[in-house]
Amino acid sequence: MENKKTEKRSTNRRNFLKLGLMSSVTAVAGASLISNLTSDEELQASGEKIRLLTPDGKVVEVDASNINNYPEAHITPAESRKGIADRKFVMVIDLAKCNNARKCVEGCQKGHKLDHGEEFMKIQLIQDNPDAEPYWFPKNCMHCDEPPCVTVCPTGATFKRDDNIVLVDTERCIGCKFCITSCPYSARQFNWEHKAKFDDKSQPYSPETSVPGAEGTVIKCDFCPDMLRQGKLPHCAQSCPMGVIYFGDKNEDIVTNGEETVRFSQLIKDRAGYRHLEHLGTKPNVYYLPPVNKQFPLERGFDIDEEIIERYKDVPYVKELKKQGKI
Amino acid sequence: MNLTRRKSELVKEFSPMLEKTSTLSKIWIWSLVAIILVGAYALFLQIYKGQSVTGMRDNVVWGIYTVNFTFFLGMGYAGAFISSVLHFIKTPWKNSVSRIIEITTVLSIIIGPIFILLCIYRLDRLHYLFMYPRIQSPITWDVIAVITDLIGCFLYLYLTFIPDLAILRDNSKDLDVPKWKKNMYRYLAIGYQNTDEQKEKLHKITKTMSVIVIALAIVAYTILAWVFSLTLQPGWNSTIFAPYFIVSGLYTGVAVIILAMFLIRKYLKLEKYIRKVHFIFAGVILLILSLLFGYFTFSEYFPKWFSHKASDANLLNTLFSNYFWMFIIANYGAVLLPLVVISFKKLRTVKLITLTSVIAIICLWLNKYLIIIPTLETPYLPIQDTRPEYIYYTATWVEWALTFTGVAAFCLLFTLLIKFVPAIPMSGIIDNEEAQKKKKKRFKKLKTE
Repeated sequence: MENKKTEKRSTNRRNFLKLGLMSSVTAVAGASLISNLTSDEELQASGEKIRLLTPDGKVVEVDASNINNYPEAHITPAESRKGIADRKFVMVIDLAKCNNARKCVEGCQKGHKLDHGEEFMKIQLIQDNPDAEPYWFPKNCMHCDEPPCVTVCPTGATFKRDDNIVLVDTERCIGCKFCITSCPYSARQFNWEHKAKFDDKSQPYSPETSVPGAEGTVIKCDFCPDMLRQGKLPHCAQSCPMGVIYFGDKNEDIVTNGEETVRFSQLIKDRAGYRHLEHLGTKPNVYYLPPVNKQFPLERGFDIDEEIIERYKDVPYVKELKKQGKI
Repeated sequence: MNLTRRKSELVKEFSPMLEKTSTLSKIWIWSLVAIILVGAYALFLQIYKGQSVTGMRDNVVWGIYTVNFTFFLGMGYAGAFISSVLHFIKTPWKNSVSRIIEITTVLSIIIGPIFILLCIYRLDRLHYLFMYPRIQSPITWDVIAVITDLIGCFLYLYLTFIPDLAILRDNSKDLDVPKWKKNMYRYLAIGYQNTDEQKEKLHKITKTMSVIVIALAIVAYTILAWVFSLTLQPGWNSTIFAPYFIVSGLYTGVAVIILAMFLIRKYLKLEKYIRKVHFIFAGVILLILSLLFGYFTFSEYFPKWFSHKASDANLLNTLFSNYFWMFIIANYGAVLLPLVVISFKKLRTVKLITLTSVIAIICLWLNKYLIIIPTLETPYLPIQDTRPEYIYYTATWVEWALTFTGVAAFCLLFTLLIKFVPAIPMSGIIDNEEAQKKKKKRFKKLKTE
């Protein structure tokens, strides 16, 4: 009985997610909304129907139980293992647009209650070869399809969901750090000591929010499933002023940066999208668009804290700039 | 009845080791206890304040605890391996070293896993390894392998202890040791009377166990090597890691055994039993293993240097800049020194062989350090950080204190164990004497015929 209830709740949440996510990408996806709602889960209907107007002006009949459950509802660690039905989340980062404004980092830190220095999204300055101009490289968890971190975890604390997301359950993590050593993208970090913020239990823990953290456990980018359930973009994509970060669903072949919504396959095809360290066979779900025809001069990215600039001191280009006294 | 007299003779000969504690060994024991107490304080700090008291950070998440873990386990597996192999060889001299090897094995297999526990932050959730095991994780394999190996080794070593425990029990009247020790002898000897039937049975079981222990040691140390080599990291993702680890483990084991032989010979006055030939023979094995070790080290780094893949080149760059001297000392010291010392007859002395072993032990520890830490300092994506502790790893005093606690605990337990059972197996001496008598008889027979 208990099981049935939770299942019902989560299906309702899923329905709502569909509503939400769709409304943000109405132009393309409006038509698929109805099909999604009617396709699979009319199983535990309460009988009472309510009529709703969708953003594109169609009237749909929704089960009343769907209305009462808010998408912000708490997702327990057990529920969080399932993933959001019929989704294959994917991120596309347009390197031509990034100017190291660091808004994605700040947005992410705020959303996940991270301290200074704890960054799920890191912005690196990469210079592929001595003659190439460096570019800003926002790097989060790649949510690989062949995640080495998940393979090596001895307790299943980190897991791969059907919707492409790789999450960490900090209530299961024993802190052996094997996943950190096995991640070729250095995407994972560790809570090396107890922090006061871990005691703040006002928000119940969910692997989908990574809040509150726990001492001695691994943390990393979670693709913000809590936001996705509400039909919102992840914190980083939302806070980028340049529209660098596109997020969407591979199943529906749509990605959006909040301003424009494009076909994922077309974008990757037209702009020669690639995945980082493809040769390792990890099959990431974060794609990069090469930094060609950059919209901003690289120097714009140095308009930041001295401490942040100091991070890039080993990049040959930065060494050169320093020699010339430009920074 | 001759045999019984010989037994009590031997017990009398070795009894001073079991009964008395000299001032020197008292100082030794108390200074070890002092080190362990400092370690206990360090451990308290680490548990109370978290692992931020260590030098481990987001990039180098495994520090010298993991180095010690691989080092001690390598030593333990090597001990089990050598001890089992010796069981199949019928040489008189093996008696002099077999007990030392056995004790080394047990202690390092106990102390090794403690270091990996220091590395795991949430010890309160350790049982999750069994509650939610995931069989594809090399850590799960490692847990299974280490536990199986521990049980296997304990059983094997216990079997080798039984005849001596029986001798001690039978002669406990003459022994001036506390009552609990006498009781222990009685319990642990499990009614072994050295009858022919019992002898035969014990021999068979020990033989079977020694085969199993050899296999277990190889499997367990292979899995430990896989913890590193199954990842995608530049310095770790290597096909030769398992045999490389086994060879360096055996090398470490032999070096530690030589050191233990030297110390025991010197402080327990056992020159009669542990002779120069033993050192020379062990030295030759040390030389063979050091050459194998050098061969593997070369095979590991040379292709990396020659093909210079970007990630490998990065790693080599780190090794030859920040770790230059460590790299040279570890890999040249461990290969060239035994070659020089053992090759020249003049240099082949007990003291020099022991000194070589001590240096080899340090070099091999550094070798493990060089395998584990520089790789973590050079990930695929460059570390771009301003916090020095996140870029380079330096072990803190807490980590060093706990490392030396491990070594001290090893020495302390060793000292206490050879106060419980003699460092030289008495049953082995008797067996050997009997075998020689038989040989003489046969020789006489042949002569008269």
